[in-house]
Amino acid sequence: MESFLGNGAARWARAGAVVVTIGLLSGCAVGTGGADDGGAEYDAQSDLSGELQVMGISISDDVAEARYEHTTQGLGDEVEVDLIEGDLNIQQLLSAVAAGDPPDVIYVNRDQVGSLAGRGALVPLESCIDGEQIDMEQYRESAIDQVTLDGAVYGIPEFNQVQLAMANADLLGAEGLEVSDVDGSDWEALTAADAALARDDDGVEVIGVDPKLPDFFPLWAKANGADLISADGREANLDDPAVVEALEFTTALYEAHGGFGAIKAKRDAADFFGEGNQFAAGELGAMPMEQWYLNVLNDVTPDAPMAFATMKTREGDPIAFTGGSAWAIPAGGENAAAACRWAKLMTGVDAWMAAADARAQTRADEGKPFTGLITGNEIADEQIRGMTEDAGDVWSDGIRAAYEANEASFSLPANPADNEFKQIYLDAVNRVLDGRATPQESLEQGQSEAQAALDEAWEVVEENR
Amino acid sequence: MTAVAARRDGSAALRPGQRHARRRELWAGLAFLSPWILGFAIFTVWPLINSLYISLTDYDVVNDPTFVGTANYEQLFADPKIATALSNTLWLALLQVPTHVVVALLLALLLNQAGRSSAFFRTLFYLPKMTPAVAIGVLFLLMFNGQEGVINQGLAAIGIDGPSWTTDAFWVKPGLVLMGLFSVGSAVIILLAALRGVPDELLEAARLDGAGPVRRTLSVTVPLISPVLFFLVVINTIDSIQTFTEAYTAFGGAGRTAYGNEGALFYVVYLFQQGFEFFNMGFASAMAWVLFLVILVITGIQLLVSKRFVYYEAERA
Repeated sequence: MESFLGNGAARWARAGAVVVTIGLLSGCAVGTGGADDGGAEYDAQSDLSGELQVMGISISDDVAEARYEHTTQGLGDEVEVDLIEGDLNIQQLLSAVAAGDPPDVIYVNRDQVGSLAGRGALVPLESCIDGEQIDMEQYRESAIDQVTLDGAVYGIPEFNQVQLAMANADLLGAEGLEVSDVDGSDWEALTAADAALARDDDGVEVIGVDPKLPDFFPLWAKANGADLISADGREANLDDPAVVEALEFTTALYEAHGGFGAIKAKRDAADFFGEGNQFAAGELGAMPMEQWYLNVLNDVTPDAPMAFATMKTREGDPIAFTGGSAWAIPAGGENAAAACRWAKLMTGVDAWMAAADARAQTRADEGKPFTGLITGNEIADEQIRGMTEDAGDVWSDGIRAAYEANEASFSLPANPADNEFKQIYLDAVNRVLDGRATPQESLEQGQSEAQAALDEAWEVVEENR
Repeated sequence: MTAVAARRDGSAALRPGQRHARRRELWAGLAFLSPWILGFAIFTVWPLINSLYISLTDYDVVNDPTFVGTANYEQLFADPKIATALSNTLWLALLQVPTHVVVALLLALLLNQAGRSSAFFRTLFYLPKMTPAVAIGVLFLLMFNGQEGVINQGLAAIGIDGPSWTTDAFWVKPGLVLMGLFSVGSAVIILLAALRGVPDELLEAARLDGAGPVRRTLSVTVPLISPVLFFLVVINTIDSIQTFTEAYTAFGGAGRTAYGNEGALFYVVYLFQQGFEFFNMGFASAMAWVLFLVILVITGIQLLVSKRFVYYEAERA
């Protein structure tokens, strides 16, 4: 029987099938793996040259511009900086690493460093730190913890984010309350304050105290004396009684006022960044919130009746759950020496001071107070704090609280299952918020899922050693 | 016909000259098609084959894939989240497909009666289709906000206490189905074209026989446009099962929201999470192939059922 394609075409078809089969088998060789910096020589005194591809940062404001300028000057004229602007796209990065064509340096969230390092996508920075003589003592310990996997540092910390207790002073005053009643130092007082502040007879009109779950659950657990994960990032601790108690306490705040659904709907409907924000509108008593929101409130509603304090442990000590950014060097980059110096310069005291000067000038031009910059660099923070104006008003209280919170910050240590671990504890909290499980049940389920994810990820790290 | 000679098996044989001409035509056709064939082979067929291979490996994008046989498929069937995601997805499809098709049909029937203003309404109905899916996801959160959303405010105006559409796992799917009606315009246009093809004489005959508008629609119009309705059912089923963007924008963390409702954990959302957030590409590829099989089975069942309900005029002729 004659083939539809004829004999010649059939031969071509057979050849095509062979090509596809070879291609299929060659699929086994996808990826390069390894954490290689190409034998880069790091030397603080050396002159650098070549192209430096920087991924994940946008030079979009005065702070970024000042540091960028400082850093490019420090790199010298022979280094040609190529910015790949926009947020870091992890898929794009990993594909580039696998293809052997990664950028030279990346701007990454610190809570992603463990996952990337565990897969061999980042270069350990010991040689970079030694060669460029980077003073690691200047960086905050909590920030370093987030970029240290299995004893090796994979990122140089940059910005920090910390939470403050933010409250509506008028609502507090009307109920005879102080900000200390809602800062977490006394859970009974906080529950009572929540009950006094909330107005929910006809739907949620005023939220009393929003503990901001699920986002800030690690803060409440730590305030109760428990870590969600061990310091070495190997053991999950989600079913610790203190963790369970923290979840019971915070979810009860929602349950007392119609449940999380109603509170979240009220939260979602708010004009968060505008003049109708919940504090200005008198719709929220208090909540823990990251320090950058202080700037937003000061910008859009400078006359809002605010009160600020650090969040506290149940022992009354300041506490904050820190997150932030870092600079890291992907495996296989072509200019690791310049990448290392870039990371050093961008996070150094001089760059931060240039940024602070620029921001203070911008604020002065706008007739607004300079509220400081919160960084992962302790020395820079101390110097910048001195530049902030202490006008003795509520905003100065907020700035002071932000710096105190930064001093007392903790982080979840890096682990090779960073993303999975975060999703698992968020899922555990969400199950309770949705009423699908009790805190005990949900955290027990989360514990077994988290430990399995950690074990599997650490196994890969061990294999890649 | 003189150019062809009858063969013993009844098929027509070609003369050598004609066979040569046909082969030349075939190669010319293939040459013209080659840009598409090449693109299809490189960007569709090859990734398809490669994903089947990757589904049999442990692959994190950075390191070389390690062959693990059927381990990903075994893990997939043991993962309780797969069952949740599949169940959510099938429920959504079960709600969404009939709602979408019925609403589209009703709008098309109205448009068919609209006369000269039909063009204006056609444009009006189709415009929302141009809205990006991400924007629809954000709109969903605003419109269906349990406290101050426009939907619940409307319900409150008629004395109904609206549900928590965005946080109650039970109401998330009906909310998404209602939001999906925002983009029903393309189905309306397709159905309107089908309605224009229904012969007037059949409708007239039914009317003379005493059939009212509803009877004429159900007994004449719907059977005659049943192939188009069937097409829409198949396409919408596949589309519903692949629900991703709106749900991911609203609940899945696209806006870095930490809250995620399990009622909105759809299959492709979980697939994306596994592949592109946790970098379990092997597992995600296995999920993709299982989804392919699920869609294949459902479409097969629909084809079988269609033989009973779909009227093809050409076949009858």
